[in-house]
Formats: sequence, structure tokens, C-alpha cells
Amino acid sequence: MKKFDKERVLLAVAGPVIALAVAFVLSAIVLIASGKNPVEPFALMFEQAGFSDIQVLIVNQASMYYIAALAVAIGFRMNLFNIGVDGQYQLAAMMAAVVGAHANLPAALQVPLLLLTAVFTGAFWSGIAGVLKVTRGVSEVVATIMLNAIATSLIVYMWKPDVFGVKVGNNNTTGEMHESGWIPGIDMGAAGEIYGLVILAVLLGIGYWIVLNRTRFGFDLRASGASESAAAASGVSPKRMVLTAMLLSGAIAGLAGLPILLGDTHTYSLNFPTGIGFLGIGIALLGRNSPVGIAFAALLWAWLDKASPELDFHGYDKEIAVIMQGLIVLSVVVSYEAVREWGLRRQQRRVGAELAAGHVLGANNTTKEVAGR
Amino acid sequence: MTAPTTATDVNQPSLEHAPPAGRRMSWPVLCLVIAGALALTSLVRLITGADGITNVSQMSTALQLAVPIGLAGLGGLWAERAGVVNIGLEGMMILGTWFGAWAGFQWGPWTGVLVGLIGGALGGLLHAIVTVTFNVNHIVSGVAINILALGATRYLAPLAFEGRSGGSAKQSPAVDSLGHFTVPGLSDGLSDLNDKGWFFVSDVAGLLGGLVTNVSWLTLIAVALVPATWWILWRTAFGLRLRSCGENPIAAESLGVNVYKYKYLAVIISGALAGLGGVFLSIVANPFYLEGQTSGRGYIGLAAMIFGNWMPGGLAIGAGLFGYTDSLNLRGGSANVHALLLLGALLLVIGAIWLAVRKKYVNAVITLVVGALVFAWYAGTNEVPNQVVSATPYVITLVVLALSAQRLRMPKADGMPYRKGQGK
Amino acid sequence: MCVINASSSPPAGAAVHGQATAVELAGITKRFPGVVANHDIHLTVRKGTVHALVGENGAGKSTLMKILYGMQKPDEGTIAIHGEKVSFSSPADAIVRGIGMVHQHFMLADNLTVLENVVLGSEKLYGIGAKARRKIKELSERYGLGVRPDVLVEELGVAARQRVEILKVLYRGATTLILDEPTAVLVPQEVDALFDNLRELKAEGLSVIFISHKLGEVLSVADEITVIRRGTTVGTAVPAETTPRQLAELMVGSELPTPETAESTVTDRPVIAVDKLRLAAPGGKALLDDISFTIHEGEVLGIAGVEGNGQTELVDALIGLRHADSGVIRLADQEITSWATRKRREQGIGYIPEDRHRHGLLLEAPLWENRILGHVTERPNAKGVWLDPKGAQEDTRRIVTEYDVRTPGIDVTAASLSGGNQQKLIVGREMSHKPRFLIAAHPTRGVDVGAQAAIWDHIREARREGLAVLLISADLDELIGLSDTLRVIYDGKLVADADPATITPEELGTAMTGAAEGHLEHEETPETPADASTSAESPEDEAR
Repeated sequence: MKKFDKERVLLAVAGPVIALAVAFVLSAIVLIASGKNPVEPFALMFEQAGFSDIQVLIVNQASMYYIAALAVAIGFRMNLFNIGVDGQYQLAAMMAAVVGAHANLPAALQVPLLLLTAVFTGAFWSGIAGVLKVTRGVSEVVATIMLNAIATSLIVYMWKPDVFGVKVGNNNTTGEMHESGWIPGIDMGAAGEIYGLVILAVLLGIGYWIVLNRTRFGFDLRASGASESAAAASGVSPKRMVLTAMLLSGAIAGLAGLPILLGDTHTYSLNFPTGIGFLGIGIALLGRNSPVGIAFAALLWAWLDKASPELDFHGYDKEIAVIMQGLIVLSVVVSYEAVREWGLRRQQRRVGAELAAGHVLGANNTTKEVAGR
Repeated sequence: MTAPTTATDVNQPSLEHAPPAGRRMSWPVLCLVIAGALALTSLVRLITGADGITNVSQMSTALQLAVPIGLAGLGGLWAERAGVVNIGLEGMMILGTWFGAWAGFQWGPWTGVLVGLIGGALGGLLHAIVTVTFNVNHIVSGVAINILALGATRYLAPLAFEGRSGGSAKQSPAVDSLGHFTVPGLSDGLSDLNDKGWFFVSDVAGLLGGLVTNVSWLTLIAVALVPATWWILWRTAFGLRLRSCGENPIAAESLGVNVYKYKYLAVIISGALAGLGGVFLSIVANPFYLEGQTSGRGYIGLAAMIFGNWMPGGLAIGAGLFGYTDSLNLRGGSANVHALLLLGALLLVIGAIWLAVRKKYVNAVITLVVGALVFAWYAGTNEVPNQVVSATPYVITLVVLALSAQRLRMPKADGMPYRKGQGK
Repeated sequence: MCVINASSSPPAGAAVHGQATAVELAGITKRFPGVVANHDIHLTVRKGTVHALVGENGAGKSTLMKILYGMQKPDEGTIAIHGEKVSFSSPADAIVRGIGMVHQHFMLADNLTVLENVVLGSEKLYGIGAKARRKIKELSERYGLGVRPDVLVEELGVAARQRVEILKVLYRGATTLILDEPTAVLVPQEVDALFDNLRELKAEGLSVIFISHKLGEVLSVADEITVIRRGTTVGTAVPAETTPRQLAELMVGSELPTPETAESTVTDRPVIAVDKLRLAAPGGKALLDDISFTIHEGEVLGIAGVEGNGQTELVDALIGLRHADSGVIRLADQEITSWATRKRREQGIGYIPEDRHRHGLLLEAPLWENRILGHVTERPNAKGVWLDPKGAQEDTRRIVTEYDVRTPGIDVTAASLSGGNQQKLIVGREMSHKPRFLIAAHPTRGVDVGAQAAIWDHIREARREGLAVLLISADLDELIGLSDTLRVIYDGKLVADADPATITPEELGTAMTGAAEGHLEHEETPETPADASTSAESPEDEAR
């Protein structure tokens, strides 16, 4: 049905475009209200994006955002809110760092070991929330948030020298990981190195799409997210699906910190980036839970992140980027919902019109539809 | 049995059976349970010698920390009773802390209270617009508002506070105090009684002493809001209409109730209450705004609401419980938390016995094993690492939710999208 | 055959046949996107009468009443109450004018008490405390409704809730009551009790508009009947001078389809055997109490019963959504009692759910994904672990053609189809996997007559090929017409059985309320001219 296809593309694009436009306008208003030039900060940030070293930074950061957002998106497709990606990825990175510092296998084994450690840690941490939800009916929103806080305490505990910590100056670290666990980057010359695990991010994105759209399990997952009752009647075990989705989400979340861990820092310290999981939520929302959309959203977020420090040198506050992110998220959720409802109504009208006009697939009788429903 | 997922579903003749009887604990039983808990705590205090767990200053701090949690929980209650899930309480609380301090250090603490309240209410208004008018998923909207509130305060703080005396990019200058009161004779008397260290009596004295010593006026207001909420929601026409929006908005609409209006009001009030909780943090608990001050209390407030079965009384008890664990964190916790390990072990053993009586043998055994492990932890160590103490409020929240989530009854149309005219 | 006036409307406010007009709708038109729900409707209700509005499912009755009640605004036309032209922008306006609506789907909040439900929205009338309580008790006694103010609504049964709805309306001083399909959830005996209540209301000078598609009931209680078809009024009639058949033809415009079947296709090979199934609610009440039955190849077992007597639980237990506490379920020679839902569906149990929106469809998904729903592990939907979208899409096109699902394409969302077409899709989907045993729960509920006939045909055809069917329905004609064996469920037990070839709906109804048990014998009653049998065309008419 060509007509519907074109419309669907239009609808898919309308949402984010409207959202971004609104967010830009609102941010400009904030800038004006603080007595600053509304256009210059954006111009500066656009300019930054032209520099190759900034571009490398953007790609690297985006890869981690991407993985975190995928993790959140899996939850969203199941109507689950895994707000705990933040705690999951940090805990997983720390565990991977600790294992990498103590185990010294050849690279072909070390790297998979580290990946698996991260995956299992992330899955375990989100699994706690999943089990609580499935057995006791505890809301996963509150549970994962509590687990985030507990993870923070756990990490501080593990940084103690008598546990896993190695103090380097004033910095808490986990000691340097053995080189067999280091993953080389892609050399971009003077611009820097792109993390090798960016490839992992891409693979995960492809895997996400394939599993969700081309496998039976993916169908079950999407059905459960759309209508739990219909999915149950169709043979899905709701509890098992909830738990599986939470575990899967946590497993992927665990990988989010690895690009920088295995490609750059080689230790988990106070300098390790925080808040990636939280941002992943906004990125998943903007990207509409689709692997391509999330990729664009992750790049956008990373751009805001990496281009904004420049603003401080020109008399602006780099925090405007944070406000922008908040505004984008809010505009996005509103515009998506508005566009979706409009799209549904429009389709219902068009179908009604088509049927009334007699365009029925394969039918040859002409008795009209009875009015109303 | 499948649960209704849209407001129209709520409308079908309900053939489901009511949750197990006894979901409402009668007052006498409740008092007995509380008394029992106090007695047990007292016993533990005597055994371990950790006087800190029930002395007046601990209870006083506990009350103080219960207030923001309780206010956030009340905020959650107002919104959910009208059918709107408000995860954005944390963000509205953050707005309250910022606006309260910002107005407070410039124009006095009471102005700060007012402005902080308005700040939270603005957050509530935003949530209302997004969820009620645009029908966005409530949880998504709440999360978005939390992100926005964090970003906004992070942006505004340096602009407003940097360069002022005592201020920085992450902290505001100090705000004057709102004033405390202490009931003269009672406070001293109870304090003395508490010092005596007698079984049970001294602990009760500690509890009561905390309630009348050095209590901020805002605390009093907050405490008064609990019965006020009950009275407004259950004894007035306004409250009935609001609750009907959370139970069956289509029925309410069919009777001429403007559901949108009540949802809006409820969510704005919800934001204002959360904002008030934030104001408490930045004016009473600390005399300044600090980035990250709320540290999850908005969510703990939600947990208190769930624990209280969406009723103000239960919520207050839940807030008190969480406030207590929070205060442990604040006041030289290690020895106290260690002592409470014993309390935890004892409670688990009692729980195991109760489960066995009800013939849930598997659960009883599990509980007993966990209890034994906790006891081993207590016996085998002299103190507890700081990080355990800092994680305690959150762990307790999880435990409480896990235990209580089953026997609850939330407003039937809570969280469901509603559109005027969608009924049959 | 006389006194069927085709759409003539007396001047507004004029007394008709010497009585004042309570309500008059003139020229009402209402359009929705893609559909004209009401077109030039005329309705005149005289004061102190019961006026029935009849029409089949989807004819536009509900929309018309929503307009009268202020929930919708008409695009054209006028409304006059007691001769005065009015315009409503919300139910509140209609209530002020004395219009009270008793909805088909009750508008009651389970967690609130009866008192709270009644006073909601009209707290100014008598407050929300003692005064209101007194008023409720007074109204309850005056009209014999038996309503207790401080009970939680969720503890009330269906008939009691309906009486609360009526009281709600009277509390607000209604002088014109609209009852939307009130007997849909009642058994024939409860229907009589309701009609007695209506006669009392009439005696006090109130007017009642009674919407229904059950012609027999309408004829027994209405003073005047207006027929709606395809969104417009096609005539008015006086019951004493009309027969059900004439009314039916007005309603549908053609011969009514009959669900009856001719020869027996029942074999002696059992397909599904249920033995002593028990299921208890958490509080201990037995939802299913020693249910036992066997269905053979080519047999349709119909189960009659008032909603809430265990049908839903039985279906849940058979499809695997719930597991019985004890008892055995056998599919051919395999015991399937502990099997998961998916395995049962894979092994040949088809399921047409009672609530297609909740259990049968993904409303926002395209049709071809809905075709996959329930059969995601089977061909043509999947090959191994992989989905086969092309295969599913092709097969969806086939189903659309074979089962006459009216849609412009298969990429359209399920929500865009009408109820009847959604149901046809579901039937097509289930039949496409050649089930051995089909659970059909209210298969033609909310479905237009054409689709209903088509679905019956498909069931009958599959039956001929050896399908075993469990048919649960509130439509007694459908049950009697389609079933080979008929049982009655009451309070979780199968209390009675009957011969569909001879039984009448009233006799069934007696068992459905628990007033009869065992084998129900049909008693021949002498025919009278105005024999108000409750079916438009009962099988026995044909048989005689």
C-alpha cells in the first residue's frame, strides 16, 4: 500500500523533527532570558563538530551512549522501565576491570572473559529488580533506582584498598588491567583513536534489530509490550518474558562502559564516566527504540556533550547543553505521542474512507459497511 | 486474570474477587505491631548497648528526615489518587530545593518556602500538561521531568549563586532558619526518662522526645498535612471527585465531573508537596541548596506511599520508617547499624515462625536461613562498613516493597491513559 | 400488519395521541471519521411510557443516546425536552434537564461505596453524608431496588449493580430514563423483575427509553417501538399490533439468518475430555466445581449461563491461562492439564476469545502481525526460530479473501477495522491452523449481522470436517441454533443439560438462574397469537 508507506515515513520523521525544533526554540528562550545571545552557542557547537579530534571524541562517546540506550530500549519495548542502566554499567565495568587486573589469560580468552563478566554483572544487577517484579510485584522503576544507589555504595566499598582498590595518588582505582585485555583502537592520526569496541556497538544494534523483528522471541517480546493480555493468550508466559527482558536489558547495559574501559582507561577509577545510563534513557526515547533512531540520537547527545566545553571559553555556560538535553527529552515524548495519536486517527479515517469507496482487498460484494461500531 | 489496561477496561462489571481479607489492618492490631517492634528494638538496645538507636536526638533526626520523604510520598498520593503516576517527584523536589534556597537567602526563609512550593508546583504543572493533555506515558513523562529539573538547576545554580558569599556553582549561600520549638517541660522530662535506659519505657520516651524537641515549624506543617490530606480526600466533595478520577474516570465523566481539571489540580498539588519536601531539605535540614541534595528521596517517598497502601496514615508510618534508616546513615551509623543487624535477624526469625504457622514452609525455611546469615554477620563483626550504612535506606526500601507489594490496592485507574469521550 | 409509520414526525411539542411529549429528537445527524453513525433520525417519546429503540449491533442506537445524554453533540438536528428546544454540551446539562442514562457498561467505581458512587458529581443535591444516605434509602424503598449505601460496589453482583445505576439516575431527579441494553447481562427471570421496576417508574409518570436488539423482550414491555437501521429511523410500531417477525425484518431489511443446523455431524471419537475440574478463588469459593464433559469430533457443545458463573474460568483453564487446582483435561489421548498455553495452541486448540481487544489482537500492529499472534511458532509464520514475514503476509491476504475481511490492505492496523471484521480475521487465523478443538467464547458479540452469519457458516463447515467446538455465548438463539449438546453452567457447576432441538430460551433461563437442574425437558405450550417467544425465529417454529 504505497499511500500508507509514504505516510508512515512522514509520521516517523515528523515526531523527532518537531521535537528538536521545539527544543531548540526553548533553549534559545532560556539563553535570551539569561541575557545571552541565543544563536551564538549553537553556532559555536556546530563549528566544533567540524574538527576531526572532536569528531573522534563524539564517535567514542556515542558508542557508549548507544549501547546504554539499546539496553533501555529493550526494556521500553516490553513496557518495562530499566532506570538502573546507570548502576548496571558501572558495576559491570568495575567487575570487568577487577577481573582484568587479576586474570591474565591470552587475549583470545581474556577479552571474551571480560565481556562475559560485564554481561553477567549487568544482568545480575537488573535481574534482582526483575525477580522482585515477577515474584513480589515490586515496580521495576523504584527497584532499579534503589539498586542504582546501592551499586554506588557497593562500588565505593570495593574501592577500599583491602578489597579491590589500588590507590593512585588521590584516585581510587582498581589497578591496571593486564594488556591482554586491552583492545586496540582505530588510529585516526592526529585526531586520535576510535575505540575498537565501537564495532561491538554496531553489532549490538544489528543484533537488536534482527532479534526483535526477525525472531519468534522478538515477536513475543514486542507483543508482550503492546498488550500483555493478548500476548499471554497467545502463549507467552508473562513472568518469564518480564524476567528475560530485564536480564537482557541488564546484560547489554553491562557492556556500555567497556569501550572506554578496554580501549582507553584500562582501570575503573574516579575518573570513569558516570551518568551514561541516565542519558541513555533520553537517547532511547528520542531514538524511538529503533536502532537507527538511537544511533542518530546518540550522536546528537555526544555532540552536545563534546562540543559544549568550548562554550565556557566564550562567556557561556556549558550547562546549556544539559538543559537542551532535558528539553529535547520532554519535547520528544510529547511530540511522539501527539504524532502517534494523530497518525492512528488519520489511518482509521482513511481506512473508513477507503472501505466506503469500495477499495477492499480481494472482495467482490458491494454491501456497505454498517454504520458505527 | 488479566488486569485492565485502559480506562475503558476499568468499566466492565468486575468479576474479580477482592484481595485477601485483612488488607486493612485494624487500629488495635496496628498499635500492637508497633508496640511489639518497639519492644524488640528496646531489647536489642539492651543487649548491644547501642544507645544511639533510640535516643532522643536519633529520633529527632529521624523525624526531620522523615519529613521530606513523607512530603514526597504525599505528593505521590495526591497524584495517584487521581490516576496519574508521578515518578517526577524527585525532579519536583529538586526544583523545590533550588527555588527555596534561591528565594530564601535573598528574602527570608518563609518566602523561600513559598517560592519553593511554587517551583515544585510548576514541575507538577508540566507533568500534568504532558500526561493529561498529551497523554504521554506517565512514567516516561516523570523520567523526562527528572532529567529536565536536574539540567535546569545545574544551569541556574552557577548563574544565581556563584559570586555570592558562601555560594558556588553547586551550592547556595546559607538561608536563615525558620525557627524551632521545643515543648519545655515535656522535652526535658522525656529526655531524662530516655537517659535512664529502662526497657521499653525509655525507648518510647526517646520516640516521643524526638517529636517535641527542636522541631521546626515546617515539620509541624508537614505533619499536619497528613490528616489534612485524609480529611480533604475522604470527607469532602472535592476529594471524592478527585478519587473517582483515579478509580473510574469514565464513570466520573459520565456524571459530569471534569476529569481533566481534577487530574491537573491533583498533579499540581502533588508537585507543590514534593517542592515543599525539597524546601525542607534546603532550608531546614541543611540551610542551603546543594547539588544532589535529594539523593533519591523522591523515589523513597513513592515507596512510602506504596507501603502505606495509598493512604495518608500508612504513608506517614512508612515515611517514619524510612526517615529512621536515613537518620542512622547520618548520625555515626556504624555501631547503630551493627546493632540493628541483630534486630533484623530477630525479625527474620519471627517472620520465619509466622510463615511456618501459616504452612508456607519453603518461605519459612528461606527466611530462617537469611536470618541466620544476618545473625552470623552480626556476631562475626564488630562494626559495619560505612558503605553498608549509606546503602541501608535503599536496601530497606527494597525489602519493604518486596514484603508489602502483594497485599495492596492501588487506585484502579492509576496510570491509565484517559481521553474524554472514550467511554461506551 | 399496520401501524408501522415510516419516519413521520409530529410538530415539536405537540401532544401525540393526547399525551405530552417527554423527549423529541428531530433530524439528528452525526458523523465520525469515515462513518455516518446517525442520519436524519426522528424519535418521539411520550411522557409516562416505555419507548423501545431497536436495531441491530452497529445500527447507531448508542450514538443517538450519547447525543441525548450530552456525551456527544449532533452535527445536525434538534433535541426538545418537554417541548423546549435544548442543546447539551455535557452530561451535566442533560442531567439538569431530567435525563438519566443507565449505561450498558456500568459506570461504577469498584473501590468506592454505593453512596460515593451515587453522589459523585451531584454532591450539592444532598451532600455526601447522612442526608444523602437517607435519600438513597428512601429511593431504594420507593422503587423496590434493595440498595445498601455503604457497601463497596465491587462486592455487588451484576443485577445489583444495575439497580445502583438506576438509583443513581433517580437520585438526580431524572424524569426520562435511558436504559442501554439493560438485559444483556440478565437472565430471563431477572429481566422480568427489571420490567416490573420499569412499570412502577412508568406509573409515577416517568418516561423510559429502552434500547435493545432483543425483540421478544421489547414486545413484552414497550408501549411504542422505534426501529433504527444503518443509522436512520425506518419506522415506529405499536407492539400490540406487530409480530416479532415484522419487527425483525424492519430491523435487518431482509431474512434473518438462522444459526440452526440440519444434520448431525457428531461422531463418537472424543477430542476433548474434562474430568472433575476444580478451581478455587483465593478466598475459597469454588469457581469451577467438578466440571466434567466430553466433546467429540464434529460436535458443538454449547454452554449457557449468566456471566460470572465460571465460564471465563473454564475457558482460561482450557486454554492454559490458569491452571486448575485439580482435575484432568485430555486432548484426544494426551493429558494436557499441565501444559502451557503455547503448547496447547500448537497442538491444535484454537481460541476465539471473549474480549478480542484484550486477548485476541494487537490493536496497533498491522494485520499480518496479528495473523502471527497466537501461532508464532508455526508455519507459515515462522521457520525455526526465524519469523517469516513474507509467508505471514501472503497467508494474511489469503485469509482476508477467504473470510471476507473488509480492509484495504494487510498493513493496516487492527484498530482500523470494525468489530465484525476483526472477529472474522481472528476466526480465519484460528481455522487456518486446522484446530482439532475450538474454544469459541461469545464469537459473535458486538459483530454485525453479516459477519455473524459468516462466522456461523465457518463454524458449521469446520464442524462437518470433524472439529470439536466449545461454544460459550450469552445469545441463547446462537447457542440453541449451533449446538449439538447443550449444558448450563451455574455457580461453577454444570447443573443441567438440554436438547437444543426442542428447548426454549425461557427453559434454559430457568436453569441459568439455578432454579432448575438435571435434564431439561421441553414442555409443549399451546400456541397463542401474540406468543412472545424470546427469539425472532425459534427452531421449533421450523420443526413444527
